[in-house]
Amino acid sequence: MLGKLDWSAIPFDEPIPLIAALVVFLAAIGVLAWITVKGFWPYLWREWITSVDHKRIGVMYVLLAVLMLLRGFIDAIMMRTQQIAAIHGPGYLPPDHYDQIFSAHGTIMIFFGAMPFMIGLMNLVVPLQLGVRDVAFPTLNSVSFWLTASGALLVNISLVIGEFARTGWLPYAPLSELDYSPGVGVDYYLWAIQISGVGTLMTGVNLVATILKMRALGMGYLRMPMFCWTSLAANLLIVAAFPILTATLAMLTLDRYLGFHFFTNEAGGNPMMFVNLIWAWGHPEVYILVLPAFGIFSEVFSTFSSKPLFGYRSMVAATLFICIVSFMVWLHHFFTMGAGADVNAAFGIATSIIAVGTGVKIYNWLFTMYGGRIRFDTPMLWAIGFITTFTVGGMTGVLLAVPPADFMLHNSMFLVAHFHNVIIAGVLFGAFAGFTYWFPKAFGFRLHEGWGKAAFWFTLLGFILVFLPLYIVGLQGMTRRLQHIEIDPWVPWLIVAACGILVMIVGAACQITQLVVSIRHRDELRDETGDPWDGRSLEWSTSSPPPSFNFARLPHVGGEEAYWTMKQRRIEMQDSGEEPAYEPIEMPKNSPTGFVAAFFATLVGFALIWHIWWLAIIGLIGAYATFVVFAWRDVAEYEVSAEELERIERAGQPAWSKHGEELA
Amino acid sequence: MSAVSGALPGAISPGRPDPHRLGHGSGHSHGATGHGEGGPASKFVTVAYGFWIFLLSDIIMFSAFFAAYAVLAKEIAGGPSGVDLFELPRVAIQTGLLLTSSFTCGLGSLASHRRDMVWTQIWLLVTGILGAAFLVLEVQEFAGMIEEGAGPSRSAFLSAFFALVGCHGLHVGMGLLWLGTMIAQLWVKGFRADILRRLQCFNLFWHALDIIWIAIFTLVYLLGASA
Repeated sequence: MLGKLDWSAIPFDEPIPLIAALVVFLAAIGVLAWITVKGFWPYLWREWITSVDHKRIGVMYVLLAVLMLLRGFIDAIMMRTQQIAAIHGPGYLPPDHYDQIFSAHGTIMIFFGAMPFMIGLMNLVVPLQLGVRDVAFPTLNSVSFWLTASGALLVNISLVIGEFARTGWLPYAPLSELDYSPGVGVDYYLWAIQISGVGTLMTGVNLVATILKMRALGMGYLRMPMFCWTSLAANLLIVAAFPILTATLAMLTLDRYLGFHFFTNEAGGNPMMFVNLIWAWGHPEVYILVLPAFGIFSEVFSTFSSKPLFGYRSMVAATLFICIVSFMVWLHHFFTMGAGADVNAAFGIATSIIAVGTGVKIYNWLFTMYGGRIRFDTPMLWAIGFITTFTVGGMTGVLLAVPPADFMLHNSMFLVAHFHNVIIAGVLFGAFAGFTYWFPKAFGFRLHEGWGKAAFWFTLLGFILVFLPLYIVGLQGMTRRLQHIEIDPWVPWLIVAACGILVMIVGAACQITQLVVSIRHRDELRDETGDPWDGRSLEWSTSSPPPSFNFARLPHVGGEEAYWTMKQRRIEMQDSGEEPAYEPIEMPKNSPTGFVAAFFATLVGFALIWHIWWLAIIGLIGAYATFVVFAWRDVAEYEVSAEELERIERAGQPAWSKHGEELA
Repeated sequence: MSAVSGALPGAISPGRPDPHRLGHGSGHSHGATGHGEGGPASKFVTVAYGFWIFLLSDIIMFSAFFAAYAVLAKEIAGGPSGVDLFELPRVAIQTGLLLTSSFTCGLGSLASHRRDMVWTQIWLLVTGILGAAFLVLEVQEFAGMIEEGAGPSRSAFLSAFFALVGCHGLHVGMGLLWLGTMIAQLWVKGFRADILRRLQCFNLFWHALDIIWIAIFTLVYLLGASA
């Protein structure tokens, strides 16, 4: 009846996951009870859960990402503390649990922390920057989000029901095959990533279609803000790379469920093919994460230097260069597998060349700041912190790109330090910069500056303290994923790293405090102008938060930096703008399709993990029925009348006419 | 002669602005062509375009299965190879069925442009029947192979074969489910704009499956049966 599922799936003998799960469970129950008592359910259902508004979906993505970043951060704290607790001893995490923790840490941070954060910001900002009212496929957007949430839910269910993979964040075969990983851990990984992967792919399709087909009048390709360009590149990479992940994981699934021989040791299977295929997705994935962050930094550097982005066109070219070359370097993840000196050399050279694109960007950002009037607000601090530390990470990457050096450093803590150095300084700092930069746009009030700056300095300091020692122990020969430590010279450095993570905890606490303080003091921090940073692109031309339709009238774009040009023209003309004529518009109706489909997807995933076949069939039928119901609806849009538009626009303080008054 | 010399001074006179604004990008708006300045595309265009992007991603997924097949094609682990297993006459009939169904699908699309309900439905139905016949032949082939002990767990070659061809078959099956749903919807709701857009997407999908089948036919069956 319940397949492989029985009471032995609950880890009663392991107190740590059990207590952790209990705390999470009680917290979730508490939140749900609070919502019920306050009577928020109808509001949440109407305005958020069924919303197809790209801004709301973006906010929900970021919320999911923040929760998952915290979960992954707790895993990180456990790993750092285990390594100083287990010097010549067992520590507090048994090996099989420790292996689950580092696997879950990587999986959660990449798939459910960094990815949703970036996709959330893209969702929120790209349509606003393009000057349009929504993404190309609003309901599909909601489906994407809820499928991502479904994958995250499955990973977190594994905390208490069953186990998670012990294979690392990429389940290398043949370790991940049934012979060596007989439990449900790898199955949790496979189905969680497949379900959220479908969501990611749909987002990629959606945003590519949005950027290429839905831009305001006059918004030519070479007038798009840099963030739109990097989003386009990242989403092209999603469309081109995620199907490879889907296929690879499907092959592993077939091996595990139906006895296929793709990656087994027996019957001609080829485990090395898994490594090749997974990195053919995995390397572009790196750029899927970091390209949007580059876009955020471009916006931030230009806005807070009060200058146009230096070398806009070279930036576009560098972005597309990275986009293409990112598909030609995957082999550098396994130089040691034995492809031969010629192949290794070719990929080593390609890897060094891809750094040129990033180098172009670094210089462009530096020259953007040069001669500008720099304002050191929190987003700018994250950007400057990025440019200084990311460069170090990039250079250690070029070092690792040299195959002979890689033979020494492969699988070491040096590698761990390198990729955390680029992902934290690149992606995470980018996410935080974007978060503080666009928060006022999303909610209509700024975040508290003091706490934001404190968060920046503690995070930066902690980050350096954690990963500088890891470079050193890596050079001393420490391999990654060690559950206990037997070599004394490493110990002092590991203690420094553990102290570093304490500092990072303070940084994270500052972030949370910042959010709480800002919400409590939202009236003092309120932004009435819609343009708190003196911005340059169209998202700042509408009110904060923008109305559901973003723009009462779609803007006309006359050149690069559309909003900046509009503001300049208004100053010259001493004019607060002509009375606009409003025309009724049609907006997509909300739909529970995404939420219901993801509910069934979760059922299917859970059922397949535990071999509950009947439940899987019910889930599939339910998912199909959901789409039929959606396809059968007769009214897909609602009309916003001209009077309504005018009323909302006046109440919402049109940003630029107010600006005009102030300036005049 | 005089016409040429008369034209030249005008072309190089310094006062005249360079119409192409060489080195200055697109500059002021010269209309939409080529610079993407024409504003948002129509819903029909956006939907078809988005679906194209999805199809490209689907083709990339197939390419991963093709790559796996290419790597594993010789790994028969002492079991049967393509020469022993593939029956080209059956595959020829399958190919005929699928290509014809693509043709009738196109006819259905033309009928829908004329808003001709009866013929649209007839051609869609014929498309579905041909697709189902294709699928029956494929299931027969798979069942026969498994009966002979040449199932997917026999060797890596057969794993890759079943996964690649089966993935295409799964797509045909999903297409049939979609087609059936759409036939019913078209019957109930008529030629609504959104249903016409879906019909367009279905056409794209069905033709894309043809493209993939041609590759399977060539790379798997023809090469496999002759090797």
